[in-house]
Amino acid sequence: MRIALTSVFVDDQKAALRFYTDVLGFVEHRNVPLGEHSWLTVVSPESPDGPELLLEPAGHPAVQPYRDALMADGIPLAQFAVADVHAEHARLTAQGVVFTQPPTDVGMAVVAVLDDTCGNLVQLIAEKPAG
Amino acid sequence: MVDVFRALDDETRRLILDELSVRDGRTLFEICTLLLARHGRTLTRQAISQHLEVLQSAGLVRAERRGRAKHHYFDTAPLAQITARWPTTERTDP
Repeated sequence: MRIALTSVFVDDQKAALRFYTDVLGFVEHRNVPLGEHSWLTVVSPESPDGPELLLEPAGHPAVQPYRDALMADGIPLAQFAVADVHAEHARLTAQGVVFTQPPTDVGMAVVAVLDDTCGNLVQLIAEKPAG
Repeated sequence: MVDVFRALDDETRRLILDELSVRDGRTLFEICTLLLARHGRTLTRQAISQHLEVLQSAGLVRAERRGRAKHHYFDTAPLAQITARWPTTERTDP
């Protein structure tokens, strides 16, 4: 068994696709129209056959209170691995991305938390080489 | 209202204030991360949230929404009660 797809709820799929591709740097993988929404996924260019991230419409009434509560407490809903958190923080901040937590050394890794502008917080992590 | 002295009578709460004095305006998630990473404290988020409530009730921490996230700020004003009650003096060597 392997993880093929995971999802984040997004307020607006078009805006989410722009943020996840143009800003973060993922690539669109599937975009299948389904009535007013789409089955919309992105993948990392570093692993195009790797797990897909589904940008799922946030219309269900349970989604907003759930996400608002996590957002208020600064809790990220997804985590992406990067080579260098400080470099990503600089690159993304220059594009106007807001971080709720700047790069922080947590011993085994460096982490930071950003606002994806679609209603979620995302943690970036660069694990340190063992030893 | 929790008294300042009671709010300070706990090492976890003192560590939270230490971290806020290094950099103010942290989220609950960030405070949890720091307590674990820098101080080896494996408390639940709920427990840390309750510690923050005690600090807020004593007026030592203010929570403000910035965008959709809630950030916590250290307010040192209530600490003046301590020096007002027991003024500190410079110790001069004999």
